[in-house]
Amino acid sequence: MSQLLEAIDLVKRFPVRVKGRKKLLHAVDGLNFHIDAGETVGLVGESGCGKSTLVRLLTRTLDITDGHVRFRGQGIGLIAARAMADHPLRREIQMVFQDPTDSLNPRYTARQTIAEAVCLLTDTRGTAAIDSAVEEAAAHVGLPPELLDRYPHQLSGGQKARVGIARAIVVKPRLLVLDEPTAALDVSVQAVILQLLDRLKREMNMSFLFVSHDLNVVRLLCDRVMVMYLGQIVETGPAREVFARPLHPYTRALIASLPGGHGNDADLLVGGDPQSPIDPDAHRCRLFGRCPRGAERCETQFPPLREISRGRSAACHFVAPTEGDVYVDAALALHQIDVDPARRATVATEFERLASMATLVQAVPLPDDSLPAPQYRP
Amino acid sequence: MNPLLSVENLSLEFRTRSGIVRALENVSLQLPEGGSLGLVGESGSGKSVLSFAVLGIQDAAAKITGGAIRFAGNDLLADGGSAMKNMRGRELAMIFQNPRVALNPIRQVGQQIEDVLLRHTALRGAAARARAIECLSDVRIPDPERRYTAYPFELSGGMCQRVMIAIALACKPRLLIADEPTTGLDVTTQAAIMRLIRDLGREKGMATLLITHDLGLARDFCDNIAVMHAGHIVEVGATETLFRVPAHPYTAQLVRATPVGQERLEALASIPGNLPDLRRSDLPPCRFSERCELRSATCATPLPTLTASAGHVVACHHPQARTSS
Ligand SMILES: Nc1ncnc2c1ncn2[C@@H]1O[C@H](COP(=O)(O)OP(=O)(O)OP(=O)(O)O)[C@@H](O)[C@H]1O
Ligand SMILES: Nc1ncnc2c1ncn2[C@@H]1O[C@H](COP(=O)(O)OP(=O)(O)OP(=O)(O)O)[C@@H](O)[C@H]1O
Ligand code: SF4
Ligand code: SF4
Ligand SMILES: [Mg+2]
Ligand SMILES: [Mg+2]
Repeated sequence: MSQLLEAIDLVKRFPVRVKGRKKLLHAVDGLNFHIDAGETVGLVGESGCGKSTLVRLLTRTLDITDGHVRFRGQGIGLIAARAMADHPLRREIQMVFQDPTDSLNPRYTARQTIAEAVCLLTDTRGTAAIDSAVEEAAAHVGLPPELLDRYPHQLSGGQKARVGIARAIVVKPRLLVLDEPTAALDVSVQAVILQLLDRLKREMNMSFLFVSHDLNVVRLLCDRVMVMYLGQIVETGPAREVFARPLHPYTRALIASLPGGHGNDADLLVGGDPQSPIDPDAHRCRLFGRCPRGAERCETQFPPLREISRGRSAACHFVAPTEGDVYVDAALALHQIDVDPARRATVATEFERLASMATLVQAVPLPDDSLPAPQYRP
Repeated sequence: MNPLLSVENLSLEFRTRSGIVRALENVSLQLPEGGSLGLVGESGSGKSVLSFAVLGIQDAAAKITGGAIRFAGNDLLADGGSAMKNMRGRELAMIFQNPRVALNPIRQVGQQIEDVLLRHTALRGAAARARAIECLSDVRIPDPERRYTAYPFELSGGMCQRVMIAIALACKPRLLIADEPTTGLDVTTQAAIMRLIRDLGREKGMATLLITHDLGLARDFCDNIAVMHAGHIVEVGATETLFRVPAHPYTAQLVRATPVGQERLEALASIPGNLPDLRRSDLPPCRFSERCELRSATCATPLPTLTASAGHVVACHHPQARTSS
C-alpha cells in the first residue's frame, strides 16, 4: 500500500492568556503518522486532547505552527487555510464536521447543500445529472428523498448529520476525514453509514480518518487506531489488536470505562486532574498524576512513542513486549511471513502458551541474535 | 405516587410548505421524582421535538393539537405556556443536542453559567463566580479558573458540551432533560458526567429524562426505557425487562443493531426501510407496519395498548413476549 497522507512532527500551538500573561496551549504536539491509500484509521482520545485540531490541520483549514503534511508525496502544509476554499486539494480531501448544525448553511435546503458540492467540486453538469447525483448520495446515507427539500432547522440531529456525510461523499474524495460522524446517529442509521464507508473503501480505495469516541465502532470499522492523549499519540496499532490487548495505561483505562464493559477496575484512571496543555513540562509523562501505574521515573523522564512489536507502538516506560510478541516477531522475521494483523493477538497468545512450556521454547529453532532481549514489566 | 412529569396523549404537528408533519401522536409518559427514564429510538422519531414541547420551546410552525403536560401537578400548557417560562432553567433544565449553537458565541463560558445563577439563585458577586467555577470543575473541565474566561470557539466540542451540562445543573433542577448529553465525549469523561447526574439524582431527588442513541448507556443509567418510533411511543418498561424480553418488533431490532459485542461490521443488523413520511395523510395506525415482518391484517386496525407485565406496556397487535391485555 502506498502512503496517501503523512504527518511529520506536526505541531499546533494556540496563544492564550493566563492571568494577563501570554502563554502557549500545545493542542497538537509533534505528531508523526501516515495514512495509506484504502486504509481506515481511527483516532480516539479524551475530549479536548486535540483531535479536531489535528483534523483541521490535515484538511488545511487551520494554519500549522510547525512540521509538515504530505499528501500523495506533495507538501501541503504551507497552503494557507484561507486559500483552501479554491484549492484543487479540496476535491481530494473532504471532511464531515463534528457538529452538523454548525456546518450546514441555514438558508440552504439539504438538496441545495449537496448540489453545491457537486457543482463546485465535480465535473457533473446539468440539472438532471446534478439532481441524480444528489439523490444517489442521499440514498447511500439513508436520507429519505422527502427530506431533501427541508432546511436544517426542520431536520433532526441525525438527519442533519446524514446531509453532512452525503455532501462529503458525493465528491468522491481520496481521503475522507470524519469528526465524530456517528455521534448523532442512532444505531440503525449508524450501521448503514458504517457499511457504506466500508464499501467506499473497498470499491473506490478511499481512505478514512475516523475520529470517534465510540470504541466499538472504531474496533469494527478501522484497520488501525491511534490513541491520543493531551496533544500526543500514546498508542497505535491494528484496531482489533489494540482493543483485544491494549498496551498503554490510557488505552487500558479507556477500555475499562466502556459502559457495560468487563474492564478491570485497576486500569481506571486515578483521581486528579489532567495536566494543563499550556506550556507542559517536556520531561514528564503527560499521563502522570492520573496514571494507575505511574512511578517516580514518569515525573522526570518523558516516554517517547516507540515500537513494541511489529506494527504496535506505545509511549510508556513500562510497556514491554511479552514473550509471545518477541517470539512472533522473531518467527515472522525469520520466515518472512505475514500474519493477518487481526489475528496477531490470537497468535501471540498461542505463542505465549507454547513459550510457557519450556521444552517447546527450546525446540523453536531461533538464531540467538534474531531475538530481541525479552523485557519484563517491573 | 404522583409523577413529577406526566405527558398525556400529546400530539404535535408542524405546518410546512409541503404539508403537515405529524411529529408526535398520542404520546404519553411518566417520570417520578428522582427517577430516570431513557427515551430511545431512531433518528427523526421525535425525541427532541417531545423534549422541546415539555420545555415550551417551539418552532413557530409547531402546533400542539391535543393532550397535556403536567409538571409537579401543574398544567404546563395552561395560559399559553407562561407557567413553563417561570420554571425553565430553575426547576426544569435541558442539555441540548448541539451545544455550540445553544451557547452564546460572544460571551465567556463562565459568565454564561453565572448568568443562570444570578437569574435563579440568591448568589451574587464573588460567590456566584466561585460557584460558576465549581460548576465547571464538576463537569471535569480541567483548569476551570482559566476556562471561565474562554469563549466557546476556544473550547473543544466536548468541552462546550460540558459547559452546557454545567449550565443545566447549576441550579440543581428537579427535572433534567438531557438530549444526547454525552455523545461528543470520550468514555472516561462520559462515565464521570453520568455519575455526576446520577449523584444529583440521588441527593437532590432530581429526575432525568435521558435521550440517547446509545442503548448501552441507557441500560446502565435508566430505571425505565421508552422506545419511540415515528412520533409514537411503542414500548415502555423497566430497563432490564425491555432488553431481555423486548415485546415490540421495533425494540427487538434496535437491540440487535447495537455494535456492542458484535464481531463483524456485516453482523450489524440495520433496520430495513425508513421512517414513514410523516406528512402522509394515509399514515397507518401502526407507523412501523411497513417495515414489520410480523404484520397481519389486524395491524391496519387501531393500535391496542397491551400490558406485557407490570409496568411494561407495548403498542402492537403481535407483541413478541407473552402478554395479557
Ligand atoms: N421545524 C420543523 N418543521 C418540520 N419538521 C420538523 C421540524 N422540526 C423537526 N421536524 C421533523 O420532526 C421529526 C422529529 O424530529 P426530532 O428532532 O424530534 O427527531 P429526534 O428523534 O430528536 O432525532 P435525532 O435522534 O436525529 O436527533 C423529524 O422527522 C424532523 O424532520
Ligand atoms: N481557537 C482556539 N484558541 C485556543 N485554544 C483552542 C482553540 N481551539 C482549540 N483550542 C484548545 O485546543 C485543545 C484541543 O481542542 P480540540 O477541539 O482539538 O479537542 P478534541 O480532541 O477535538 O476534543 P472533543 O473530543 O471534545 O471534540 C483544547 O484544549 C481546546 O481548548
Ligand atoms: S510513563 Fe508512567 S505515567 Fe506515563 S503512562 Fe507509563 S506508567 Fe503511566
Ligand atoms: S402492530 Fe403489527 S405491524 Fe405494527 S409492529 Fe405490531 S405486528 Fe408489526
Ligand atoms: Mg473535537
Ligand atoms: Mg434529536
